Amino acid sequence: MKHQTAVLDSKLAPEAGLSGLVKRLNTGFLRLFHGHKTFDHGIYPVEHKEWTADKPIRRLPFADELVIPLLQHKGRAAVPIVKVGQEVVRGEPIAHADHFVSVPMHAPATGVIRAIGLAPTAAGPKTQAIYLKVYHAASQEVLYGEHREPERMSAKDIIQSIQDAGLVGLGGGAFPSHVKMHPPAGRVIHTLVVNGCECEPYLTCDHRIMLEQTDALLRGIMIALKATRAERAIIGVEDNKLDAVAHLRARIPKDLPITAEAVQTKYPQGAEKMLIKALLDLEVPAGGLTADVGVAVFNVGTLAQMGELLPNSQGLIERVVTVSGPAVKRPGNFMVPIGTPIRFLLDQVGVDGELGQVILGGPMMGMAVASLDVPVTKSVSGVVALRPEPEDAVRRQVYPCIKCGECLSACPISLNPSMLGELAAAREYATMEESFQLDQCFECGCCAYVCPSNIPLTQYFRIAKSINRDAKKHHEQKQH
Amino acid sequence: MDKGIEIRTSPHLKRVISVDKIMRTVVLALLPICAFAVYQFGLSALLLLLTTTGVAMWTEWFFARLSGKGNTLADWSVVITGLLLGLTLPPGFPLWMAAVAAFVGVALGKALFGGLGYNVMNPALVGRAFVQAAFPVAITTWTPAFAPGRFMELIPSTLTLPFMQPNPVKDWVAGLHLDGWSGATPLAIQKFQHIEAPIADAFSGMIAGSAGETSALLILICGLWLAWQRMLDWRIPVSVLAGAALMALPFWLMDSGHYPSPWFVLSSGGLMLAAWFMASDMVASPVTARGVVIYGLFIGSLTVIIRLFGGLVEGVMYAILLGNALGPLISSWTQPRVYGTSKKS
Ligand code: SF4
Ligand code: SF4
Repeated sequence: MKHQTAVLDSKLAPEAGLSGLVKRLNTGFLRLFHGHKTFDHGIYPVEHKEWTADKPIRRLPFADELVIPLLQHKGRAAVPIVKVGQEVVRGEPIAHADHFVSVPMHAPATGVIRAIGLAPTAAGPKTQAIYLKVYHAASQEVLYGEHREPERMSAKDIIQSIQDAGLVGLGGGAFPSHVKMHPPAGRVIHTLVVNGCECEPYLTCDHRIMLEQTDALLRGIMIALKATRAERAIIGVEDNKLDAVAHLRARIPKDLPITAEAVQTKYPQGAEKMLIKALLDLEVPAGGLTADVGVAVFNVGTLAQMGELLPNSQGLIERVVTVSGPAVKRPGNFMVPIGTPIRFLLDQVGVDGELGQVILGGPMMGMAVASLDVPVTKSVSGVVALRPEPEDAVRRQVYPCIKCGECLSACPISLNPSMLGELAAAREYATMEESFQLDQCFECGCCAYVCPSNIPLTQYFRIAKSINRDAKKHHEQKQH
Repeated sequence: MDKGIEIRTSPHLKRVISVDKIMRTVVLALLPICAFAVYQFGLSALLLLLTTTGVAMWTEWFFARLSGKGNTLADWSVVITGLLLGLTLPPGFPLWMAAVAAFVGVALGKALFGGLGYNVMNPALVGRAFVQAAFPVAITTWTPAFAPGRFMELIPSTLTLPFMQPNPVKDWVAGLHLDGWSGATPLAIQKFQHIEAPIADAFSGMIAGSAGETSALLILICGLWLAWQRMLDWRIPVSVLAGAALMALPFWLMDSGHYPSPWFVLSSGGLMLAAWFMASDMVASPVTARGVVIYGLFIGSLTVIIRLFGGLVEGVMYAILLGNALGPLISSWTQPRVYGTSKKS
C-alpha cells in the first residue's frame, strides 16, 4: 500500500557518525548512573518493545467509515450536535459536552454523517456512536480553529480550552484532562508529573512521542504548568528508554522548570501512584487523589496533543497507536484517526496466520475485544494481536493456593492477594473489603501474572469489587 | 462476535511457571540426594525410599478419590513428601513402619486438611513425628554407612514382619567387623560424649545417620541449584542456618569442650536437609518476605536449643513443625503496610 508516510516533528534517520556516538555514550552513561528509582514490589514481564521501538510514527489512510462513540472517556457522554446526512469538515465539533466531567467530539475526517446509533465497544455493551462516512477525495486538511497564544491566556481560559479540545488521558485512563487541572478546593498542586513510563509490554507509542513530538510535548507541559499553577514538571521515563531521557534533557531549555528522570523498568511503573512514589517518594492516601499530595499526573501523549491542539484551538481527532503483537506482520506506531475500526488497522499491518486475542491497550490491563468492528477511541494506546494460545495454555490447570507468597511480593500496593483469593472463592466479598482492603486493588494484574497455581486472582477481584459496588448501591437505595 | 477471536480478561500475559513444574523441579533436586543415600546404605535405603514414596502416592490417590477431587498425583507434591520422609528415616528402618509413616503423614498431615495448599504442617514431618513416637527404638537404630555387601543383602531389620519388633541388627553389624562402630550418630556422640566428628566427614557424608541426612555438602549443592532455579525461597534455608549458627556460637565460645561448634551444628544431623527442603515447604511457611526470615531464625535457633538442652538428639523436626504451626501467625504479623494507608493488609 502506497501512502504518505509523514514523519512528525524531528528527523529520525538512524544516526551514524559522531553525533550518534555521542548519543550512545550519553545513554550508556545514563544507564550506569541514574538513580534506579522505583516503587515496592511489581513484576518484570517480557516486553517485546523492540518490535516497534524504532518504528517512527506513520500516518495510515482513512477507513471508509469511522465510528465515534459518544462516551470514550470517564464521565458523561457527549451530546451529538450534527444530524444524519450532514456534511462535516475534519476537525469540526460533532458532539458537545453538557457537563463539567465530559468532553466534546470532533470530526476525525471530512465526510458525511451516515447514522447515529449503537456501536460495539471494547467493554462489551454497545453505546451510542456517530457513524461518519469519509470523503476520500477531500483534502482532509484541518481548516478549523484559530491561532491563540496560551502564554497570554488565563489558567481558567486554558482549562476551558482543554475541555473544548476534547482532551482526555491518552495513556489509557481516558479521564477528562481539564478536570484533573482543577485541584479540589483547599489543595495546591506543586508538581506536575509527566508520565512517559509506558510500562505495558509491547507499547512504544509514548516512546516515539517523546522522541518525535518533543516540541509539542514541551509546549503541552508549559500549558499544563500554567493551568495547574504547579512550580515544576518532572518527566518520568522507564530506563528501557534512556535514549528518550537523553533526548529530552538535550531539548529542554535550561530556563524551564522541567526535568526528565529515569525510573526503573518494572511493571506497573506507569501507574500514577507508583510513579509518584518512585519520583517523589510520596504516597497518595488510599481513596484519595493525586492532588492530595500536591501532584497532577499527565501522560506524555496527552500533553503532546495539548501542545499541538491548544495554540490552534483544534480538537482531538487522532492519536498515536502501537499496533504490535505476535500475530502482526508489520508492527509499528501509527497516527490513527479516532473511530478507525480495529479491523481496518489490522488489515493495514497485515495479520500473520491465525488471530487469537486482540487487545486494546497493553496486555496487562487492556481489554480483549469481542469484535473487530470496535473502533479506536481516545484512550486506545495500543492494539496487540496475539496468536491463538494452545489449548493447554488457555485452560491452564488451576491448583489450590500453595502459599508461595509470590503474589504478595508482586502486588505494588502490598495487598495479600493469596488471602483475598481464598475469600473470593468463599464469596466473602464484604470481608475482602473490610479487612483486606480490596477497594485499594487497581487490577494491575501482577498477582495473577505470577501465580504458579494459575488462580485468576485479578478476575476474582474485579468481580468481587463490582459485587460490592452493587451491594452498596442497593443498600443506599433502600435507605432513601 | 468475530469468529475465531478469543476473549479473556486481563492480564493477558502469564508467567509460565506452574505448581507441577515447581514440584517436579524439587523432585529433581532431591534425586541426587536419594542416589547418594542408596550408594551409602545400599539396597535397604532404596527399598525404604520406594516404600515411602509408593505408599505416600497411594494414600494421596486414595483420599483424592474419596473426596472426588480427581487425580491430584499430577501436581507431584506427594512425591516430594514420600522422598523426604524416606530420607529422614534410618536406612534399616523396617519397611512396614515406613509405610505407616507415609500413610499417616499424607493422611493426617495433608488429606485431612483438604490436600495440597491447605496443610498446616509439612506432611513428611508429620509422618516422621508419628513413627518417632510410635517406634522409638527402631527410629534410633543406626547402621554403618558403606557396609560391604550393601548392594547384595538387606539390613536385617528392613524386612521385619508387619506389627513385629524390628529384627536385631547388632549381630549383623558385628559381623561386618567395623572398628570403632558404636551404633550412635555423630550428633549423639557429640551430645553425650562431647566428641565432635571431623567436620570434613560430616560435611561430605562419610558418617552414620538417616538415609539422606548425612551429606551436608550434597544437600547444599542441590538446594543451591533449586534456589538458583527460583523454585525455592533462599531466605528460608539461609535464615534457618543462620539462626542455628548464631544460637550455637555463644555456647561454643563459653565452653568449646562441652558444646558443639557452629560448624558442627550446621553440618551434622538433619539440619541441612531440613533447612533446604523441609522448612522451605511453601505451603507450610509464612507468605510474607519478612515472615520467612523470622520463621527461619526461629526454626534454626529452636533446633539448637533442643539439641543442646532437650532430651532428644535431633530437634530440627519438632522445630519445623512448631514453625509451621506458627506460620499463619507470623504471616499476619509481618504483613506489609498497604500503599497509601497506615494499615496492614
Ligand atoms: S491486581 Fe490488585 S491485588 Fe493483584 S497485584 Fe494488582 S493491585 Fe495487587
Ligand atoms: S501466587 Fe498464587 S499460589 Fe502463590 S500465594 Fe499467591 S495465590 Fe497462592
